[in-house]
Amino acid sequence: MKLELGNIEITDIQFSNESRVKGSTLYVNKKEIENLILEDEHIKEVKIDIAKPGESTRITPVKDVVEPRVKVSGDGGVFPGVISKDETVGTGRTNVLKGAAVVTTGKIVGFQEGIIDMSGKGAQYTPFSQTYNLVLSCEKADDIKAHTYERAVRMAGLKTATYLGELARDIEPDNIESYETLPLMKSKEEFKGLPSVAYVQMLQSQGLLHDTYVYGVDAKQIIPTLIYPTEIMDGAIISGNCVSACDKNTTYHHQNNCVVHDLYKRHGKDINFIGVIITNENVYLADKERASNWTAKLADFLGVDGVVVSQEGFGNPDTDLIMNCKKIEEKGIDTVIITDEYAGRDGASQSLADADEKANAVITGGNANELITLPPMDKIIGHIDYVNKIAGGFEGNMTEDGSITVELQAIIGATNELGFNKLTAREY
Amino acid sequence: MSKYKIVHYINQFYAGIGGEDMANYEPEKREGFVGPGQAFQGNLKSEAEITATIICGDSYYNENMEEAKNKILSMVKEENPDLFIAGPAFNAGRYGMACGDIASYVEKELGIKSITGMYIENPGVDSYKKNIYIIETKNSAAGMRKAVKSMSAFGLKLLNNEEILSPSEEGYIKRGLRKNIFVEKRGSERAVDMLIKKLKKEEFTTEFPMPEFDRVPPSPAIKDMSKAKIAIVTSGGIVPINNPDHIEASSASKYGKYDISRFKNLTCEDHETAHGGYDPSYANEDADRVIPIDVLRDMEKSNRIGKLHNYFYTTTGNGTAVANAKAFAAEIAQELISDGVDAVILTST
Repeated sequence: MKLELGNIEITDIQFSNESRVKGSTLYVNKKEIENLILEDEHIKEVKIDIAKPGESTRITPVKDVVEPRVKVSGDGGVFPGVISKDETVGTGRTNVLKGAAVVTTGKIVGFQEGIIDMSGKGAQYTPFSQTYNLVLSCEKADDIKAHTYERAVRMAGLKTATYLGELARDIEPDNIESYETLPLMKSKEEFKGLPSVAYVQMLQSQGLLHDTYVYGVDAKQIIPTLIYPTEIMDGAIISGNCVSACDKNTTYHHQNNCVVHDLYKRHGKDINFIGVIITNENVYLADKERASNWTAKLADFLGVDGVVVSQEGFGNPDTDLIMNCKKIEEKGIDTVIITDEYAGRDGASQSLADADEKANAVITGGNANELITLPPMDKIIGHIDYVNKIAGGFEGNMTEDGSITVELQAIIGATNELGFNKLTAREY
Repeated sequence: MSKYKIVHYINQFYAGIGGEDMANYEPEKREGFVGPGQAFQGNLKSEAEITATIICGDSYYNENMEEAKNKILSMVKEENPDLFIAGPAFNAGRYGMACGDIASYVEKELGIKSITGMYIENPGVDSYKKNIYIIETKNSAAGMRKAVKSMSAFGLKLLNNEEILSPSEEGYIKRGLRKNIFVEKRGSERAVDMLIKKLKKEEFTTEFPMPEFDRVPPSPAIKDMSKAKIAIVTSGGIVPINNPDHIEASSASKYGKYDISRFKNLTCEDHETAHGGYDPSYANEDADRVIPIDVLRDMEKSNRIGKLHNYFYTTTGNGTAVANAKAFAAEIAQELISDGVDAVILTST
């Protein structure tokens, strides 16, 4: 399966009478997007803002971030099974508005939405301080439940990203990247002599606002299975979760899965990257046993020499991570796991909820409990009054001048477990 | 510029008072430096001065800890130094414990920066490395020159408020504290690099060495539940409505204790959850789903259990540091024991 990504570099975003991409500027007709979002009866009101890198702007509570993409050729459309029909994606050409992002906010759904600061100290912890963001503040209709609201906001983000992506359909990309994964046996033949490597992606599926969807299917209900890496680039996996902001994979993270990209970089040179095993993180022990058994079995079945395992969330999923690692290692397959830590504000506590000596190759995205004081911002998009309630916030964390102290946990993507960032933790 | 003041702590042996036979020597303060203090003073040059040395026998300290440390603390207080140096203790176990303990105590009680030096296997290392900087030394006094040199240099850095770098750069023993830093490559690239090294059987360094885990054996079963007093302790975050003590949604710094003696059944009128880790709709609708008061009252009535304790204890498990959880549990367990509770039902989310 081969996919080309045609990147159209976006370096500005502006409101305009007509939505279009001209040069590297994304022009957006506000009204059309409002209408699109208000099609959903669960959303009573929407406010649309722009947030650019370097501005004195704070966005909170952020739910999801989505990158605008469009399928120019090849089967299906973006976000198959959700926005587009259920066709197998991952082939042909997909154009990307690189540098643009749709950010969804609105009153709090759970406790676990986060903060994006476009400048200041907090900006260096979130990748979305570097993107040109169209921010949708969606307010829920009266008397709807948290999960209905979450779904409505999720759909608003996906619909808007699809709408913006369409603007890139007929534009000549600034650069084109090509990614190809061969059918298993052909890949083994082609890259004989190189160690075969698979990527095991754990999808958040604890339920109760901790969900991920694969081709529209709730990941709680999947048995671990195989997916081509390029399918993920076309939006086959989307976020539906409100796990702590720092280590949730937003839809943007899925679309730009960095493990996939970094494995491709070494593909055909040092390794033979044969594909992706997706698994879930359910809460029942029987589910955990089954999923980790299947993950290990699939890795064995594929005859790989090594895997990278990425986690999502923390605490309960630490057990899934360790079970996966242990069982895959027991098959004689080398593993590297990517996680993050909850070592307490002073860094002195136990970092993970589970451990095993077989997990001897660990990458960490940092200690999510570490405190950070974010400077005041001139503009707030969303609702500032939840920053003491979101995970990582605490009573009395706001000062009168508008600065707030939070754990890194509260910042979107701060300790991402796909390894999206350059942050790590070391022992001092 | 006035010189920084330092108080130095040593044992009876290094003070030249005697060996094991004098290990019961009680705390004594002398002006200026004594024994290894001379070498320290040489290294500290004109920047700092050892104004007093406190000497205490190792047995005395370890056998009379409370008394010893309070006596020494008041001696240190009189001097009001800028830095407190203990040892180095090398591989001497009891001396190491004394150095680690007194340095931790001085820093905690008086806010005076404190350091010591030990060999990595000294039992004092594990007990005190989280509290204070322990400079790594050789296992015997043959390493005195080097130890004094590195302890002096590190002490001056602390006194001058210079940035303290990593353990390997500074020569102190890893304190088990996890600190965030930015590195050159993103995590996924580091992961792929590490995997390739592992596949090639080359050396690699894990970013997080796996810890040893506590395993808690369950208590023996209760023979007669009809006489047992049962309490509920939960990390599911159930609290009286409006969360009166403001227990955090995540990374809890406290727990709550609430009276349920008047409740037969919890409802959305009176209880809710403060927990951030899950969709709270169902827990908020009926808190019995997390702490089953209704069922326990039925069981109490039909005498399947003796009594439901009048209070429940609650916190949020979400992201809460193990150290906090341990501290909560220690306090809660004490209270439960003194209230005659026989068994606890622990519920999570």
